[in-house]
Amino acid sequence: MNKKASIDFNQMPDAHGHFGPYGGRFVSETLIYALDELESIYRSLKDDPEFQAQFDYDLAHYVGRPSPLYFAERWTRETGGAKLFLKREDLNHTGAHKINNTIGQALLAKHTGKQRVIAETGAGQHGVATATVAARLGLECHVFMGEEDIQRQSLNVYRMKLLGATVVPVTSGSRTLKDAMNEALRDWVTNVDDTFYIIGTCAGPHPYPELVRNFQSVIGREARQQSLAQTGKLPDALVACVGGGSNAIGLFHPFLADESVAMYGVEAGGFGLGTGKHAAPLNDGIPGVLHGNRTYLMEDENGQIIETHSISAGLDYPGVGPEHSWLKDIGRVKYVAIDDDEAMDAFRHLTRIEGIMPALESSHAIAYAEKLARQMDPDQTIVVNLSGRGDKDILTVAEIDGITL
Amino acid sequence: MNRIKQRFEVLKQQGRKALIPYVVLGDPAADVTLPVMHALVENGADILELGVPFSDPTAEGPVIQKAHERALAHGSSLRDALTLVKQFRETNATTPVILMGYANPIERLGYQHFIELALDAGIDGVLTVDLPPEEAGEFNQQLGEAGMENIFLLAPTSSDKRQKMVAEMAGGFIYYVSLKGVTGAGNLDVVSVKQHVDHIRTLTDLPVCVGFGIKDGASARAVADLSDGVVVGSVLVSKMAELAARGETSPQTFSKAVSSLVAEMRDALDN
Ligand SMILES: Cc1ncc(COP(=O)(O)O)c(C=O)c1O
Repeated sequence: MNKKASIDFNQMPDAHGHFGPYGGRFVSETLIYALDELESIYRSLKDDPEFQAQFDYDLAHYVGRPSPLYFAERWTRETGGAKLFLKREDLNHTGAHKINNTIGQALLAKHTGKQRVIAETGAGQHGVATATVAARLGLECHVFMGEEDIQRQSLNVYRMKLLGATVVPVTSGSRTLKDAMNEALRDWVTNVDDTFYIIGTCAGPHPYPELVRNFQSVIGREARQQSLAQTGKLPDALVACVGGGSNAIGLFHPFLADESVAMYGVEAGGFGLGTGKHAAPLNDGIPGVLHGNRTYLMEDENGQIIETHSISAGLDYPGVGPEHSWLKDIGRVKYVAIDDDEAMDAFRHLTRIEGIMPALESSHAIAYAEKLARQMDPDQTIVVNLSGRGDKDILTVAEIDGITL
Repeated sequence: MNRIKQRFEVLKQQGRKALIPYVVLGDPAADVTLPVMHALVENGADILELGVPFSDPTAEGPVIQKAHERALAHGSSLRDALTLVKQFRETNATTPVILMGYANPIERLGYQHFIELALDAGIDGVLTVDLPPEEAGEFNQQLGEAGMENIFLLAPTSSDKRQKMVAEMAGGFIYYVSLKGVTGAGNLDVVSVKQHVDHIRTLTDLPVCVGFGIKDGASARAVADLSDGVVVGSVLVSKMAELAARGETSPQTFSKAVSSLVAEMRDALDN
């Protein structure tokens, strides 16, 4: 009998936030209280029809959902092979999937009555999404961002400031997303009485991986219905980029029990897996403990977390959401890597032939989907999560082209 | 008998309070820590807490974070901590030593392997900041079988249920964190400390020591009066940082500086 078929994916994680050996709550005692509080609020609201209705309303009228499932006809034709569909999260308000989750967590924050929200951000998309919901709800907002990311995502930094958020530069460690998360955790433990921490991906201590997944699962639920409506069947394959893994788990989760649907999570191969300079823990890491959960990590022989590299700030993270670690181990999802150059090529290609400029993060998924499509038949379909738009990356691309704007 | 237990028994007989200084291994240089450990003991430390540097010390404030960074800059690791304690034991067989750090370096070695090495080095207990009781089951059991103490934190925000859970699992002493937040922050609320320590005492016979926010002799004394001892970290570490920033490299200079701080606290505790 098939082992996977007997798993009830909706029953994961267990009561302590474990996905098999992964996940959990590896934090200092000082943080437990805050997590307990968050969990109890989430449990009380999760199945509350009023809360769900409010979430759905905001997604429809503020975010602009459902996002289209777009058949990329020219891209399909030029690639040759399976039909390529794009789940257009780039068309969401603020330009990425991140807003789905911040809407949900902001609603939780509102219920707690806390007047201050904090967030970590890499590419700045989650920071912008948090600053956006904070502006709407009149909450004070502090966004922690690594100094290096502040440099390469300056447009988003300015957007956050316009939205009224304070962007706090993080100068410790590698000065990227991982260190921003460290700082956010430190701020939270210090200001827990009046502060709600809006984590941007399906990582961190329990219950974050679960609640972020559930908020992002709207992507997969829509894609499922849209696929059935447009093609009369489920897609044969799903492809999404994996930083912390929230857009990927959001797309994948509602399909996990559908055995006919293959799934590919695309990590950042950076300069190439062989160089060690990448951000692909599921391809080239080992399980360990970071940021409150057990998961695959990039670390050295002493258990120190090592610096990662990716051209896309949003994928530049040494860990990954614990559910992905588990899905890898049980073989339900295949995790692959796309390097910087391949992602850049995909960025240019999709822009030129579809008039859609993908975020550099999403470009990793685009690049892999193209490879995959060529190995599949024309009557098969692939849904690619276009997690965000590329406007924020214009300066990075221009720099590569040697142009100063 | 485990050295930590022994030490608390002696302290109890003498009616004295435990003074537990914390320094980070390899901060700011590899050759500083051993002489500093001996100096701490000579000036009145009862138990030594040795911080194991980690790339992502999320529970630490800026002062101790920077110490971790200084130590990591020249590659200090958990293995070095084991070697160092072994050296320390060559001339000191009685002062208990606790390693304080994060789970990942230990998991990288593997629990069982780590415990073997730690026993061999003469380490008496561990405090793994990010292994709360829910996640510590396996490690706790293995430590227990090896006769090593697993020290747990309790916070002002710990629920009654958690306090009981910690009381059941903990060894050595209970480390009560006197304030919310990261290490090195804020001011001490003595009334609140007393309430919490009194409550913890109803749940366990283990000694209760208090850390976070102890700056000098006076604050050490105020807290020690309510508990069984104090853990002192950020003051010592920031003194070391100050010297390092001035370009000091002589281990003796560092030893002297921490000695005077610890001696002042010892004096305040005893008199
Ligand atoms: C457009 C876009 N896609 C993907 C990611 C990666 O995050 P995750 O893996 O959580 O979806 C980011 C993160 O900033 C992003 O901005």
